[in-house]
Amino acid sequence: MSLAAAGPLKAATVRPSREDVAMRLGVVALAAILLTMVGLPLWALLAKGFQDHEGRFVGLANYAAYFATPALFNSALNSFEVAAISTLIVVPLAFLYAYALTRAVLPARWLFQGISLIPIFAPSLLPGIALIYLFGTQGFFKALVGGQIYGMKGIVIAQVFYCFPHAVLILTTALRTADARLYEAADALGASKLRVFLTVTLPGAKYGVISAAMVVFTLVITDFGVAKVIGGNFNVLATDVYKQVIGQQNFSMGAVVGMVLLLPAALAFTVDRLVQRRQVALLTARAVPLVPKPKLARDAFFTVFCVVVSVGILSIIGMAAWGSLIKYWPYNLSLTWANYRFEAFDANGWDSYFNSIRMALWAATAGTVLVFVGAWLTEKTRGFGAMRGVVQLLAFLPMAVPGLVLGLGYIFFFNAPSNPLNFLYATMAILVINTVGHFYTVGHLTATTALKQIDPEFEAVSASLKVPVWRTFLRVTVPICLPVILDIAIYLFVNAMTTVSSVIFLYSPDTKLASVAALNIEEAGTTAAAAALCVVIVLTSAAVKGLHLLADRFLFDRLQAWRRR
Amino acid sequence: MTSFLEVRNLTKRFGDFTALDDVSLDVAENEFVCFLGPSGCGKTTLLRTIAGLEPQSSGTIRQQGRDVSSLPPARRDFGIVFQSYALFPNLSVTDNVGYGLASRRHGRAATAARVAELLALVGLPDAGAKYPAQLSGGQQQRVALARALATSPGLLLLDEPLSALDARVRLRLRHEIKALQRRLGVTTIMVTHDQEEALTMADRIVVMNHGVIEQVGTPQEIYRAPATAFVADFVGAMNFLDGILEAPDRVRLGAVTLACLPQDGLAAGAKVRACVRPEDVRVRDLPAGVANRLTVEVTDLDFVGAFCRATLRAGEIALVADFSSNLIRDLGVSAGARLDVALPPDRLRIFAA
Ligand SMILES: Nc1ncnc2c1ncn2[C@@H]1O[C@H](COP(=O)(O)OP(=O)(O)OP(=O)(O)O)[C@@H](O)[C@H]1O
Ligand SMILES: [Mg+2]
Repeated sequence: MSLAAAGPLKAATVRPSREDVAMRLGVVALAAILLTMVGLPLWALLAKGFQDHEGRFVGLANYAAYFATPALFNSALNSFEVAAISTLIVVPLAFLYAYALTRAVLPARWLFQGISLIPIFAPSLLPGIALIYLFGTQGFFKALVGGQIYGMKGIVIAQVFYCFPHAVLILTTALRTADARLYEAADALGASKLRVFLTVTLPGAKYGVISAAMVVFTLVITDFGVAKVIGGNFNVLATDVYKQVIGQQNFSMGAVVGMVLLLPAALAFTVDRLVQRRQVALLTARAVPLVPKPKLARDAFFTVFCVVVSVGILSIIGMAAWGSLIKYWPYNLSLTWANYRFEAFDANGWDSYFNSIRMALWAATAGTVLVFVGAWLTEKTRGFGAMRGVVQLLAFLPMAVPGLVLGLGYIFFFNAPSNPLNFLYATMAILVINTVGHFYTVGHLTATTALKQIDPEFEAVSASLKVPVWRTFLRVTVPICLPVILDIAIYLFVNAMTTVSSVIFLYSPDTKLASVAALNIEEAGTTAAAAALCVVIVLTSAAVKGLHLLADRFLFDRLQAWRRR
Repeated sequence: MTSFLEVRNLTKRFGDFTALDDVSLDVAENEFVCFLGPSGCGKTTLLRTIAGLEPQSSGTIRQQGRDVSSLPPARRDFGIVFQSYALFPNLSVTDNVGYGLASRRHGRAATAARVAELLALVGLPDAGAKYPAQLSGGQQQRVALARALATSPGLLLLDEPLSALDARVRLRLRHEIKALQRRLGVTTIMVTHDQEEALTMADRIVVMNHGVIEQVGTPQEIYRAPATAFVADFVGAMNFLDGILEAPDRVRLGAVTLACLPQDGLAAGAKVRACVRPEDVRVRDLPAGVANRLTVEVTDLDFVGAFCRATLRAGEIALVADFSSNLIRDLGVSAGARLDVALPPDRLRIFAA
């Protein structure tokens, strides 16, 4: 362990205390954990791409084969096309919606905001299933699309639904931070509405728009559930990985496609990070928050717009829910609970649902502890700059890695007979580890932001009072950050409930998850039961989120009396 | 004077930037010392290095004879109040003040008694149950002080403790902190960039600039006999007049030659700056043959409250002088008037230019 201090011989003469040493060991442990959860599996994937079936090194042969196979290479083009089109639709739509939420006076604003978030609680195959009901070969409105919803059209529509809330969240934040003074100045100068929009609103939200575009692009290109359900013969990178690995057991080619999939995701991630750094600088200026004043024409327009979008979202969710209750689509529309008797469709029956709950609870508890303690160690350890830098990098890595790619890496890394962690393979633990690793970055960022906002001198004060730093962590830092800690836990829970892509390679018959079961059931052709399982997942995550909001509103108000003046 | 705190050749670098450059300093027991200097001169860095919160690049610190240079903060003996106060927002005032007591096997009753004693000491006997957010800035400041004093540290460190308060509260707390420090006799170092604060509170002032100590002295010494042009300029108002040292005790400013105290260390013919404070410009009862008499024109007269600041001109020499309201009335001074002033040689300070 060496200190990263430049300078002559006598540099850094203050000896680290026992506490400092313990914290540094914690940072090292965290680095090791992150390396195991993300770094090494990725490395294993990278290595696999250069090996043949028997594990012999073959150089670039697999890559050469990939680019020489038009079917595979075409998927890459398809992926780009779908991602680009979806981004071009989602971002303007979400911008208008976010603009309505922040800059217009809407009746029941909270309701529109809530509805826009619903898709987050659904596994990505849900919109695919709903679209099949609506426009599929036996759909209600198949005439509208000529029965051809399978393929690019279907993927794009489902992706718009699936990505919409993410874009709205980012853009709402970007638009909310506007400075009212700029608008007053523009008004005073008599600028036209269009000019104000072009010279004040748009530049202010520029970074938000870029960021939203990058996030949507990444989501679409890496998502697997939508394309699996409604892609038909339209192949994309994500389904190719699945087919190579699960269908053809061609792991090396799977690894190559995974690397190809990693590239655009990592690129979009990098652009997003660069942009976010700028955005921070923008926010530090002292701004006067903008509070919209009622304006009849504008408010009416945006209310209508929000109603239309909300109806769209609700009808997709509603279609899935209704479909799950119908006896025999489309011939017998009477209602039944039969589709919820999952044991009739899948060997695991309801067990997969309880597996999901168990997995999500573990990910939410263990994951939140890891994420928060980890962020705290990274922020508060004195000195040790280089190692903390490594941890920061490892904490950012998961965001750039598509779930499928990570899951594939897990196969190669954990299933290797030489790996002492091999015993984890095909257990519940590996699903938890994988999920926490996959969703680590957002939690880490949230925790770091919260920790940066509290007084940096708490640790110095406790040192001067001879109080061990962990006591201040438990007595002061954790209580202050409790709302954020809960946010992180809920985020992990919801994602653990809905994720498909990463865990699809890792479950065993005993640990199958609900989202995976839904996919299998759908694959077997019983759309109604798949819809039913999706609905159960949505209801569960939405209920947990609802409880969280209630707790936030009523419980914390009491627990956190100290926040009141 | 045996020193309580001994800082020797302390250097602190942040990368290529030298924040403290070979600083040496002694602080006596029971002394109240102020670090004074412009923003960014290294005051906070010096304070944090003394506390062990920033590791020094080189140099040693001894406290009560013990070499603490390499000890982490938790093993040094100090209490600290930060500019932000760093009160724990989720703990009541009582819990904040008792924070450092709980861990030492004190017993509940003893802790409670000590907290009550401290709260009484800082004049907040009834605030115990409140949370920091429910207190005014001045009250928060006192709670932070009580918390820092709770463990009876040998050394109290204050980093701009008053700068976040409004002017009135600041004045009152100046006196309270000073009185408290006298009563407890705790050796105290306070960082400030407010010269008035330093002059009224400190036993000794350490004036810093660009990471070095410019002068250490009592407030009177600092004010009356600034050791460098920087100190002369930074503390109080000062006229700077450029000239040439003609002889060890004579300085020529353009057409005028002024007498001054003998300067050694400056060669005759050296370029110098002569300094005189505005309040040292004499007008009344000038005896015949008084040294350094000048006939000046009053070009401007600014009312500042208790006195007026006059801008005077004599040939190429321009200087400002503070005249009391009485004097202005008695002598009928007004803009455009001419009058005779004297610059007492013992009040004239000469620095190399
Ligand atoms: N952690 C750090 N890294 C790099 N430079 C630093 C760091 N801390 C302080 N400095 C630099 O060292 C110099 C002295 O800083 P310091 O905080 O001691 O100033 P100060 O005299 O307390 O000023 P102020 O009155 O503004 O508080 C400044 O130029 C500052 O930019
Ligand atoms: Mg400072």
